[in-house]
Amino acid sequence: MAKHTLIALVEDKPGVLNRVASLFRRRGFNIESIAVGHAELPGLSRMTIVVDGTAALVEQVRKHLDKLIDVVKVTDITDDNTVARELALIKVKATPSTRSELIQIVDIFRANIVDVASDSVTVEVTGDEDKIDSLFRLLKGFGIREIARTGRIAMTRGAARPLVVEGKPQREAPRRRAKGPDVISNL
Amino acid sequence: MKLTGAQILCESLIKEKVEVMFGVPGGAVLPFYDAMPQYPQLRHILVRHEQGAAHAADGYARALGRVGVCVATSGPGATNLVTGIAAAHLDSSPVVAITGQVARPFIGKDAFQEIDITGITLPITKHNYLVMRAEDLATVVKEAFHIAREGRPGPVLIDIPRDVFIEEAEFRYPDRVNLRGRRPTLNGHPAQVKKAAKLINEAKRPLIIAGRGVIISGAFAQLKELAEKGQIPVVTTLLGIGSFPESHVLSFGMLGMHGMAYANMAVNAADLIIAIGMRFDDRATAKVSGFAPHAQVVHIDIDPAEIGKNVRVDVPIVGDVAHVLKALNEQVAPQNRVEWVSQIEEWRREHPSTIIRETESLLPQYVIRQIYEITQGNAIIVTGVGQHQMWSAHHFQYDRPNSLISAGGLGPMGFELPAAIGAKVARPEETVWCIAGDGGFQMTIQELATVAQENVTLKIAIINNRFLGMVRQWQQLFYQRRYVATPLAGPDFVKVAEAYGIAAIKVTDRLQVIPAIQRAMEHEGPFLIDFVVEPEENVYPMVPPGAALAEIMEEPREEVRAR
Repeated sequence: MAKHTLIALVEDKPGVLNRVASLFRRRGFNIESIAVGHAELPGLSRMTIVVDGTAALVEQVRKHLDKLIDVVKVTDITDDNTVARELALIKVKATPSTRSELIQIVDIFRANIVDVASDSVTVEVTGDEDKIDSLFRLLKGFGIREIARTGRIAMTRGAARPLVVEGKPQREAPRRRAKGPDVISNL
Repeated sequence: MKLTGAQILCESLIKEKVEVMFGVPGGAVLPFYDAMPQYPQLRHILVRHEQGAAHAADGYARALGRVGVCVATSGPGATNLVTGIAAAHLDSSPVVAITGQVARPFIGKDAFQEIDITGITLPITKHNYLVMRAEDLATVVKEAFHIAREGRPGPVLIDIPRDVFIEEAEFRYPDRVNLRGRRPTLNGHPAQVKKAAKLINEAKRPLIIAGRGVIISGAFAQLKELAEKGQIPVVTTLLGIGSFPESHVLSFGMLGMHGMAYANMAVNAADLIIAIGMRFDDRATAKVSGFAPHAQVVHIDIDPAEIGKNVRVDVPIVGDVAHVLKALNEQVAPQNRVEWVSQIEEWRREHPSTIIRETESLLPQYVIRQIYEITQGNAIIVTGVGQHQMWSAHHFQYDRPNSLISAGGLGPMGFELPAAIGAKVARPEETVWCIAGDGGFQMTIQELATVAQENVTLKIAIINNRFLGMVRQWQQLFYQRRYVATPLAGPDFVKVAEAYGIAAIKVTDRLQVIPAIQRAMEHEGPFLIDFVVEPEENVYPMVPPGAALAEIMEEPREEVRAR
């Protein structure tokens, strides 16, 4: 079992998230996180989906996702060289006596304090899950009021664009290259 | 020129060469029905329940290989379609379902007869649409029909609010669909085909398992060529019946839970399984861990998600069956596998699974056999689900392509009558026999009214054992004969048929079977025969649930000796 990162380009239409979520529920696949936003092409959204499971299971996830009409392309970038980030907002209890210690910790993690109130501060941190988890553990001692995490977003490094829609796909086996008329039964 | 949404829908359906729709009108689809008389080339067949509409569209699609269309109103009309849509989904049948929806301002308000049918059908359709503008209708219909037939076929639902039918828009039918990222792979990857050919050429005991994908792809000739060239025996799934002539020397019948003993033994002994257009359903494989224990597996399917879903595959080939087999046949070396084929023949002699025992009583197997004899196999058989379905698979010899229509995946009782209506409408030149159980028949019995009103010249055989027979069989074998809720005090089917205006007779004696079937065949209109058969007859062979394919229960030996 390992965490896999899938990237899906999907049509920006109502109900698409529902279709994806419904598929995961229906097939019993477990989503760790899912993050959605606009893609570089108009009319498309990009989903970063983190799935926990064996390679065979994740391959099934990928193929079933690919069957959805509104899903334009799915790629498993787990084994690629990627940049992966998550953003978290953490609201921590802070008294005048603990505030300076808090600021030091936040500095070490290159995080930012984005809001200060009389009895709390809100920390914004970006990084991979491990970094956020470690900061979370350190801040726990001060008393955590609230936490909000975006889930992972990811991109392959360098020039490779695994999700190119038009033209030839760069990473996939030739299964998408065949051309020809639609299969219509000739009974 | 501007047209109403209803007119645009009709125009678009005509562009898709739709000739027949099965449906029931209602409030939300009234504007659509109101436009129909302007388009007399669109025949609408009124059914008596929307489940019947969906099954009929499915039967039509399966018989003809073209998209079947069903129509229902919003709310209960739409929900009644669900069973039929699910059946089409599991068996990859191209159906387009058109449902009315409440008017746009009422959506989300729990209005009268409002139901979220796109939400409900999300997991049982290939895709579905809620059309919010009349100007989108033409594009949606074009896409829906394309998606329904493309790649692995399946059902698509189009939900149309009442006021969209009335709204006017410019009609222009798109000449192509624009679906990003969708292009099904037709040709198998050459390297994979080469690998498969190598395995086939080296195999001592290869076995073809043919599924419905062969029929959908129309790859009858290519399959026959592969089998004959490599002298490879062929077994089929239930839905693969009709992909390979059963009288062929290399044909060894159906595999699976109620498969032929020798077919299952062949799977068990094979060193190579060539699975073609099938999806390793649990009724075909039995316990997966005990499936084909000595075999490597080549799996040919157009749906990449089927590869490795249930069974470990050594050489997957994603592509259309006809295309892949064409390429594969070029590389398969002619061979003579006398030893292997005669081994399976020997198993067939030792374990004849389709012999009907001699007895005075009226056996269901005998009825099916006589339908075969009298039609000489020149019929399309449409079954429901249960014992009669298995006997229909066993005792009719299917030599002609695509001659059995049966909902194997979902297993919906009540499929037979409406699906047979669809099949007969699709292929009026064919003799269509609807073979029903007395339980399932009562689930859609109201479609007898459709048969009568449209004069659909079906021949209907009810295998009447006064039980929910397959469930009773399980109760007998696995629940110590406790027949809970399975005995049926059925109606007098002859009187029911006559009430609908359909000629019918009851058969209680073995000697009446042949004359009754002959009479049905000679009768001009629809005809129903109520065969009152042996009540506690079981379907054999049987692989008990949870057991491996090799653990075959055959008909008890003492009965066999009595033959």
